[in-house]
Amino acid sequence: MPRPLALLLLVLLSAPIAAKEAAPAAADPVLEKRVMTLAEELRCLVCQNQTLAESNAPLAEDLRNQVREKMRQGRSDKEVVDFLVERYGDFVLYRPPLKTTTVLLWFGPPMLLAVGFAVLLRRVRRRRQADDTGTTDADRRRAAELLAGGEPR
Amino acid sequence: MTRFAIPVAIFVALLVLLGIGLKLDPREVPSPLIGKAAPHFELPELHQAAKTFSERDMLGKVWVLNVWASWCVSCREEHPVLLDLAAKGEVPIYGLNYKDRREDGLAWLKGMGDPYKLSIFDFDGRVGIDYGVYGVPETYVIDKSGVIRYKRIGPLTPEIVKEKVLPLVRELGRA
Repeated sequence: MPRPLALLLLVLLSAPIAAKEAAPAAADPVLEKRVMTLAEELRCLVCQNQTLAESNAPLAEDLRNQVREKMRQGRSDKEVVDFLVERYGDFVLYRPPLKTTTVLLWFGPPMLLAVGFAVLLRRVRRRRQADDTGTTDADRRRAAELLAGGEPR
Repeated sequence: MTRFAIPVAIFVALLVLLGIGLKLDPREVPSPLIGKAAPHFELPELHQAAKTFSERDMLGKVWVLNVWASWCVSCREEHPVLLDLAAKGEVPIYGLNYKDRREDGLAWLKGMGDPYKLSIFDFDGRVGIDYGVYGVPETYVIDKSGVIRYKRIGPLTPEIVKEKVLPLVRELGRA
């Protein structure tokens, strides 16, 4: 095949491939970005350690579609989240709201850390006190001499 | 001896806590729908696509809504329990055929028996989302004023029917 013809063929054949890839994003990239950003904050209920954005479960797909549709209707992010929480509970949120039932969840870890620090501090203090065993200056001098290789005893 | 008392106590407490954690089922998400009005729907029936059914048709009655699908493996396991419950005749069971194909749903009921007064057909799963469905099968007990009183995620077992569903149905029936 002559080179120019082959080149032409290549260009012609590759165009539709590229077009197919870009099509969904081009539909409305701004909306799509909003959907995905919000979906990253939401838990997929079928595969619980994935976000709605990551999951391929059919339900996750349905829920993404719902999110997209609601956003297209002009709902705010908060309204969309409320829609999901009404149905699936706070569990869908990766950042649960602060409530009486979630106080431990929010403040438990910092509290544990504080307790750890307190214990550590107390230990260190006590050890310092224990180190003060009443060595006199004379003892120290003698120790220094011994270490410097002075005569034993 | 007292030196070890505190670490041992902490260790035991941790063991107990983790032990409880192991027993909990992370799939059982508490539903926010309990105590709330059953979400509204109006869907075609599975057997007669021209007819529609709504939760409003059931006002004044205690009823059970069971979400099922022919592609759902646990539904197969649950089916005899539903047939049993239907045979008792204490409470009407209505089916929500979730994200299924009509002919598959009908074939399933024909082959395994039909415990439902009727089934409604939720092809795109919209009503499922309104009911917070995420793991078929799911079962709801709805009271006379149309409020969801109980939800079970996963298959019903004879124990659950005996200990939870039937007592609740009887209690709601008296109210």
